[in-house]
Amino acid sequence: MAHAEAAQTTTKTILSGADLQRVIDRIAHQILEKTRGAGDTVLLGIPTRGAPLARRIAERIEAFEQVRVPVGSIDITLYRDDLRSQAPRPLGPTEVPQGGIDGQRVILVDDVLFRGRTVRAALDALRDLGRPSAVQLAVLVDRGHRELPIRADYVGKNLPTALDEQVQVRLAEVDGTDGVMIISGSGPPSI
Amino acid sequence: MTFLIKGVSLLGGEPTDLLLRDGVVAEAGTGVSAAGAQVIDADGLVALPGLVDLHTHLREPGREDAETVETGSRAAALGGYTAVCAMANTEPVADTAGVVEQVWRLGRRAGLVDVQPVGAVTVGLRGEHLAELGAMATSAAAVRIFSDDGHCVSDPRLMRRALEYVQAFDGTVAQHAEEPRLTENAQMHEGEISARLGLTGWPAVAEEAIIARDVLLAEHVGARLHICHVSTAGSVEILRAAKARGVRVSAEVTPHHLLLTDERTTTYDPVFKVNPPLRTGADVAALRQAVADGVIDAIATDHAPHTVEDKECEWAYARPGMLGLQTALPVALEVFGQQWDLIAERMSRAPARLAGLDGHGRHPATGEPANLTLVDPTARVSVDATAQASRSRNTPFARMTLPGRVVATFLRGEPTVLDGKASR
Amino acid sequence: MSRHLLSAADLDADEATAVLDTAAEMANVAGREVKKLPTLRGRTVVNLFYEDSTRTRISFEAAAKRLSADVINFSAKGSSVAKGESLKDTALTLQAMGADAVVIRHGASGAPHRLADWVDGSVINAGDGTHEHPTQALLDAYTMRARLGRLAGLKVAIVGDVLHSRVARSNVLLLHTLGAHVTLVAPPTLLPVGVGAWPADTSFDLDAVLPSSDVVMMLRVQRERMGDSFFPSVREYSRRYGLDGARMRQLPAHAIVMHPGPMIRGMEIAPEVADSPRSTITEQVTNGVSVRMAVLYLLLGGMNQ
Repeated sequence: MAHAEAAQTTTKTILSGADLQRVIDRIAHQILEKTRGAGDTVLLGIPTRGAPLARRIAERIEAFEQVRVPVGSIDITLYRDDLRSQAPRPLGPTEVPQGGIDGQRVILVDDVLFRGRTVRAALDALRDLGRPSAVQLAVLVDRGHRELPIRADYVGKNLPTALDEQVQVRLAEVDGTDGVMIISGSGPPSI
Repeated sequence: MTFLIKGVSLLGGEPTDLLLRDGVVAEAGTGVSAAGAQVIDADGLVALPGLVDLHTHLREPGREDAETVETGSRAAALGGYTAVCAMANTEPVADTAGVVEQVWRLGRRAGLVDVQPVGAVTVGLRGEHLAELGAMATSAAAVRIFSDDGHCVSDPRLMRRALEYVQAFDGTVAQHAEEPRLTENAQMHEGEISARLGLTGWPAVAEEAIIARDVLLAEHVGARLHICHVSTAGSVEILRAAKARGVRVSAEVTPHHLLLTDERTTTYDPVFKVNPPLRTGADVAALRQAVADGVIDAIATDHAPHTVEDKECEWAYARPGMLGLQTALPVALEVFGQQWDLIAERMSRAPARLAGLDGHGRHPATGEPANLTLVDPTARVSVDATAQASRSRNTPFARMTLPGRVVATFLRGEPTVLDGKASR
Repeated sequence: MSRHLLSAADLDADEATAVLDTAAEMANVAGREVKKLPTLRGRTVVNLFYEDSTRTRISFEAAAKRLSADVINFSAKGSSVAKGESLKDTALTLQAMGADAVVIRHGASGAPHRLADWVDGSVINAGDGTHEHPTQALLDAYTMRARLGRLAGLKVAIVGDVLHSRVARSNVLLLHTLGAHVTLVAPPTLLPVGVGAWPADTSFDLDAVLPSSDVVMMLRVQRERMGDSFFPSVREYSRRYGLDGARMRQLPAHAIVMHPGPMIRGMEIAPEVADSPRSTITEQVTNGVSVRMAVLYLLLGGMNQ
């Protein structure tokens, strides 16, 4: 029966692979512009998909301006405020680049900005890792519905959604293919 | 009071009427009638001679919080028993005429089964000096079986002397076969499961070595020997060989050793802790065969009540022992099916002979003492640990559904159990 | 993972690997300036120790505190337990205090299983009698994987008093689950009857086993076993089963030497071996905290079951 229900969902492609690459390029440009050349900047991706996204942005920045931005990852699982809502989750890697984050401008990178709780947890996690001079946020998709006073500094695409829709970002490094889909119909809302 | 039992099947035979009057079976046959008799419709019920337990711990005197002669007697009657042999490991130990007479009198006062005290072989069960066996034999309790049960008479010279000495008054030494040096701190059967659970093993050889020694001693001095709670396939083979040679050895097995294995230990629930321990499936099979072919003479409960505090604790700290009186017959029916003659032999006739209880273990024929029990063989009952007549609740059969229900028990013609309820 | 960790056999290969992977992330926290995570804030972990084991208790305590759990140390000494309170009554007390997890060390095999029947929280076996010590096995497996890069196919020799060793039992079960191959090496008196059913080989000859071993784990041998005639003398034991420098040199170049501690230098292990670069003894202690953090997180870091 569950299969019959699942079959009623509809999947709509919002960004193709090529679109996604263009959006990443734009974020890279925005970062270069807003940080005046991305000096003293560290990109920290939030696993799972924020981490490869951060690496791609860094690659584009280097391609555009020959600037090497240190990239790492910051897992927020142990800082979540909703741990008790489901079985224990597996941990993602936390990798702080050589040189650390003290005094650096840290740009957190995630795939989808939704309620804002992930970013809140990331800010807590960051505090335990060091003291950045500033923290910014880059997201591929902002789908609205914030529950906390959080906004992104760099947004690939603003995507108005209904609460029961799911936004799915696919990256070749994780999913084998690139693209952004919106899934509507039944199923739990994504976070 | 006169009772007329209508249409009961004697050991599975054709329906028969039994008239019980003045403590005996006054008449047995069909179409029996008696004015003023209370009629019991026994259609579909099976009559067995009242069961006799060679091995019961009644805990009184000393541990009345676990059991008393009265509560244990009630459990026995409800289990279909008309006589039980009360083991000597009380506090004080039943090693004098005074203590065995006290137990005997308490049994008479309770009046639910004949309580036949067992006397200790050695003073205080310490295995050092013979107790006054003759004084116990000639006391009002007329002790015939002597046992240090709970402890092995491990000193071979002392065992020899005991075997010899009790012949003067037709006594029997009942040995708890456990070589103590091989079972120091032992917790369960030594084998694959003890290795996995990290519990010190109680090796089969600790039992077998003592049985082998004692049958040789009994043979040498020409005495009678009884082996308590045989638990291993190896013990069965030693007994089989000894009996074939004509050694006067008898043996008992408990219901739990006929049904349960050491697999039960894996929960670490001490309700399964017992001495000797639960053994393997191969041992269980050998014990069943030995009951069927007579190498083992009797099924005896080793009813061993323990308080909740002594059982709801860590395995190693728990006391060994299991309740048995109210579940023995259902377990026997579960294991052997409705082999009524076999059950009557192993649970009534043979133990009555071994204990010298002349009024028990007799076929309910005209003129015989009216000690009998009526069983509904079609009933299946789920064992409820909290609903035992015993003061304790340490039954390993809890939540098991077993065949057979004791409907009535008569002791010398008087009902100790009617409609499945104790008369007092 | 199920609600409790009573035996290493409670973990299948995926679950055991998840513990080790999680422990690897937890180990990073230990290297940071702020060694604390908010994960178990508001949760209560009780250390219920019926045996003195400072190192295990401290390891669990550090693990729980790094995850921000409230830790209550309930040592049997000087408490109601010493005055004869039963395990069951203690369990009811802990239950009333709202313990989310009870870490229990007990001299009686199976005591954690009994406790698990009486409390709602998770029970973690921190060593029970001669039965098991699953977190020790997990930290040993973690240490092997960290040093040698894998567990599958590793040849592990566990040497010494297997009969009385909870460490050996848990390691045999866990290493088998994770694909390593265990050989138990001991005098016949110190191998349990029934060991043939274990997923391990046995040998009486240490010298024959060493050249093909990737890991040698030395177990503690208590002197009092000599009084029970498990072996004739300390000298004979250590000649036949002790790991000295000469024996260590029979090992392959990459092989490591482990010991669950506390070790008896000169009995089962020579100082030269204990202090050699092959020895992982101090790493084992460090890794213990990470592994116990992982276990606590995986048992308590989610929904109440």
